[in-house]
Amino acid sequence: MSQQSVTSDSNVSREEILEIANLARLGVDENTASSYADDISKVLNLMHTINNVDTTDVKPLSNIHEACQELRVDVAKHDINRERNQSVAPAVEEGLYLVPQVIE
Amino acid sequence: MTTATATDNAVRTELFVDGYEVVIGIEIHCQLNTESKIFSSAPTDFGHEPNSQASIVDLGLPGVLPVLNSGVVDRALKFGIGVNAELGLFNTFDRKNYFYPDLPKGYQITQMANPIVGEGYIDVVVNEGDKNEYPKRMGITRAHLEEDAGKSVHDAVDGMTGVDLNRAGTPLIEIVSEPDMRSANEALAYIKAIHQLVTWLGISDAVMAEGSFRCDCNVSVRKPGADLGTRTELKNLNSFRFIERAINREIERQIDIIEDGGKVVQATMLYDPERDETRTMRTKEDANDYRYFPDPDLLPVRIEQHTVDAIKAAMPELPVARRARFEDALGLSEYDARILTGSRQLADYFEDVVSEIGENHAKLAANWVMGELLGALNKEDQDIIDSPITAKQLAGLLKRINDDTLSGKLAKKVFSALYDREGGSDDDAADKIIEEKGLKQETDTGAIKAMVEEVIANNEAMVEEYRGGKAKAFNGLVGQVMKASRGSANPQQVNQILKELLG
Amino acid sequence: MSELHLLSTQQLISGLQDKKFSSLELTEHYIKRIDALDSKINSFITHTSETARAQAQAADEMRAQGDKRPLLGVPMAHKDIFCTQGVLTTCGSKMLHNFISPYDATIVSNIDKAGMISLGKLNMDEFAMGSDNSSSYYGTVQNPWNLDRVPGGSSGGSAAAVAAGFVPVTTGSDTGGSIRQPASFCGLTGIKPTYGRVSRFGMIAYASSLDQAGSMGRSAKDCAYLLQPMIGHDPRDATSIKHELPDYIQDINDAEAAASDKPFDGLRIGVAKEYFSKGLDSEVEKATRAALKQYEDLGATIVEVNITDPEITLATYYMLAPAEASSNLSRFDGVRFGYRCENPTDLIDLYTRSRSEGFGPEVQRRILTGTYALSAGYFDAYYTKAQKIRRLIVKDFDEAFANCDVIASPTSPTAAYKLSENLDPATMYLGDVYTIGVNLAGLPALSQPVGLTSDGLPVGLQLIGKHWQESQLLTTAHLFQQHTNHHLQHSAIAKETV
Ligand SMILES: [Mg+2]
Ligand SMILES: [Zn+2]
Repeated sequence: MSQQSVTSDSNVSREEILEIANLARLGVDENTASSYADDISKVLNLMHTINNVDTTDVKPLSNIHEACQELRVDVAKHDINRERNQSVAPAVEEGLYLVPQVIE
Repeated sequence: MTTATATDNAVRTELFVDGYEVVIGIEIHCQLNTESKIFSSAPTDFGHEPNSQASIVDLGLPGVLPVLNSGVVDRALKFGIGVNAELGLFNTFDRKNYFYPDLPKGYQITQMANPIVGEGYIDVVVNEGDKNEYPKRMGITRAHLEEDAGKSVHDAVDGMTGVDLNRAGTPLIEIVSEPDMRSANEALAYIKAIHQLVTWLGISDAVMAEGSFRCDCNVSVRKPGADLGTRTELKNLNSFRFIERAINREIERQIDIIEDGGKVVQATMLYDPERDETRTMRTKEDANDYRYFPDPDLLPVRIEQHTVDAIKAAMPELPVARRARFEDALGLSEYDARILTGSRQLADYFEDVVSEIGENHAKLAANWVMGELLGALNKEDQDIIDSPITAKQLAGLLKRINDDTLSGKLAKKVFSALYDREGGSDDDAADKIIEEKGLKQETDTGAIKAMVEEVIANNEAMVEEYRGGKAKAFNGLVGQVMKASRGSANPQQVNQILKELLG
Repeated sequence: MSELHLLSTQQLISGLQDKKFSSLELTEHYIKRIDALDSKINSFITHTSETARAQAQAADEMRAQGDKRPLLGVPMAHKDIFCTQGVLTTCGSKMLHNFISPYDATIVSNIDKAGMISLGKLNMDEFAMGSDNSSSYYGTVQNPWNLDRVPGGSSGGSAAAVAAGFVPVTTGSDTGGSIRQPASFCGLTGIKPTYGRVSRFGMIAYASSLDQAGSMGRSAKDCAYLLQPMIGHDPRDATSIKHELPDYIQDINDAEAAASDKPFDGLRIGVAKEYFSKGLDSEVEKATRAALKQYEDLGATIVEVNITDPEITLATYYMLAPAEASSNLSRFDGVRFGYRCENPTDLIDLYTRSRSEGFGPEVQRRILTGTYALSAGYFDAYYTKAQKIRRLIVKDFDEAFANCDVIASPTSPTAAYKLSENLDPATMYLGDVYTIGVNLAGLPALSQPVGLTSDGLPVGLQLIGKHWQESQLLTTAHLFQQHTNHHLQHSAIAKETV
């Protein structure tokens, strides 16, 4: 992860959008990629305001209470209802969720 | 050499292959043997109908949330203490994002930034038992907690891949080593030591064939003194034998490429045991951008010092220490101590026997545990935990050797009967067998003397030979007495009386 | 009984207790209104009239047998972001067009245990991403005050249903203002509690570190009634916090009993000039200032405080929320539940088509933005930087609260607007400028109605409290409502009888 900072003109290219869309498994075609590129560039431009904020010695905050979690006791529950869980699945056979053949 | 305390940084040129130095780092994914999964209450047991052990949390249904299992944390801390590591008393969980059918949420919960176990080490003996064995300290970079993925099933439904998420959410500890290994044997010694440790600590079943202990080896070669070469990663090696062979094949492959003027390409490799070769699974170009970031669903875990103290207090004596004690306090040979600390159950068994018969008889206990008992178990491919003879029962037998009730030969007969559970399940099963089968050793001096006298009278020729200076004849006479007593005469007494009577 | 739907929750409770009407009659009254009028505003995605009738009947029987649970037999409805076992749960998305949840969210079962009757599932912006309910796959929602206006979002259906008199109280969720802003657009009171106060288990995640469920009703006390069974630590949600549990109704009643004719004596209300900046509609400003004057007249002291520049807050929010969302929405992959594209040719095709056909454009835009922010080259520049600024935002609030008890601001820069097609996202996001700081800091906040614009559209005042101080917000708003009647104004639809 680089320490690269946001440049004053964070224009996202269509190519970058296509790369990101691939990571996010979204089927974005060339045209919509351009329009997303515009939109996202505008959103990223909002970031310029925060670029000027001095955050030296400030630690990132990921949870507001900075509390620590309470752990669960290691006890297994045998209450799984596979039929109910799989009633919402698009394709199930022999208890398996089906996807197109994956070659490994 | 008993323990590998030396940090031997000297370069072992004898390990070079065609003038290349080999560098190996290892990642081990080890399932922790909790009752329930790392982030859900679903059971972790195997062998059930597909998806019947996957809860709504494991399935990643909309709206579900993970909650960390304390049993997982305890086991990881045990491991950390076992490898002398700095513990991550403040540790956090991150998400590793990628899409795959066996990864229900589209991300794996793992620990990237703040793992639960920091830097540590484990002392190993390379080529253990061989004349060229040597100790080495292997660095451990870190160990972190994460969830296991499910499984893809390729042959159940025609033309489709099936997804079984029973394994999804099984707790894993991923143990990352320093690139300290310089040969396949060193890698193997390290993996075996980690394997022994996790089973010894009782935190994992660590059955390689079942996938509960999986090794990935990062292998590269370089000319001595040069920068690290490009490494390849050997994935999912599921037996000790394959690990060694796969690494050696990969070393050869890489050297061949370099010698032919080519360049090793960073890649993930698979070992094909049938062809005994490694082949490329995917190259760096296909590598994903995992977009790690702190998991907002899980707050940091803070481990209190008293938790660590309690776990430390409950830690079993570790293999290296126990082995040293067996040698130093019990006077066992290095070989015996090593065999008897092969697993914690075996060491416990041995020590249970010793505690019954006294430390001064430790050698006797060692001989019987390693000889008769392990011999019989091995024959049936069984482990010490399967032993039909309890430690107390074996001790009961050894006591009868010590008090001369049994000769070695009779003791073996009693042992066989014990092994066949003929003496019942009580601690004094050996005594029952001795009683029932009349296997008591004859120690009555008068009775033995009478037998010796009879043998002398009936074997004039042998007596003459002995008196003529043929020492061997003496053994023959002893044999005759033992035969006459049908093995029950105490051999030492027979010796002594025979010597007296022959003058 | 034509005005049953205009009664407060407290009046409904006493009416049921005094047998003025039964739960079944009440339920039928609401169902009749929904059936007759919801076609005008589209606030419900799913009706559960049949089970509601059965529940109401059962509630009446239990009450007859001496069951004293106060909320027993009182109708409500859930935002469609909460999983309801056996009932379609769409989150406003085509992605979940067929998702009959196999389980209940914790708050759903808690409200169920309190004896309330659920009338159905309410429309919302897709995956709670939006501020005007225009991103719902199930159609836009019309504002009951003026059908040409949006109801706000993302809890637009929740707000519109209450404002239309279809249900006395509703659940909502608030990631950046999604309860408060629609409450203000629809003339309601709506509260977002402290982060960690209410379980998130079963609430479909948008941005995990910001999402919090809350309640909406006509008055602060209505909100308090519904919020009460929702709160508390949940062992299934690691981010829910064990904290002393208040009794909101008790606190409101105590405060009311103790109140003089200057009930706000000693209350310091912080007002930040950052909240009265450019972009603020003049009528909204006027109503807000008038409300602050009323608070002053009732004894409160106004003090000036400083908070983080709203533009910085906005940028921080629109970095963190999409980043978390991009990951949270990865589980919608067409494999175990939800929408799957027709005849996928291979795995990648299954993923990409299911996701791009199942998600609407705003959701895809946020997933892309978040994926970009988290990707290797930009993680520190965007995500880590935003998390650092988040700490500074918290610090600024802390400093402001050193000098005041609550902070007041307009809830939204404008009143309900007309749906306009080509608003670019960066401009659209500006509408959240006053509400998102609260989410970043995990603070409790509510919006209460404080008047109407010349167009007859409601204006909301936001009150922000210190962590865990929902009681203070609710009592403050309640005492205000004791002396004013903004919350007693009714929308055009609410005034219709059927
Ligand atoms: Mg790894
Ligand atoms: Zn791993």
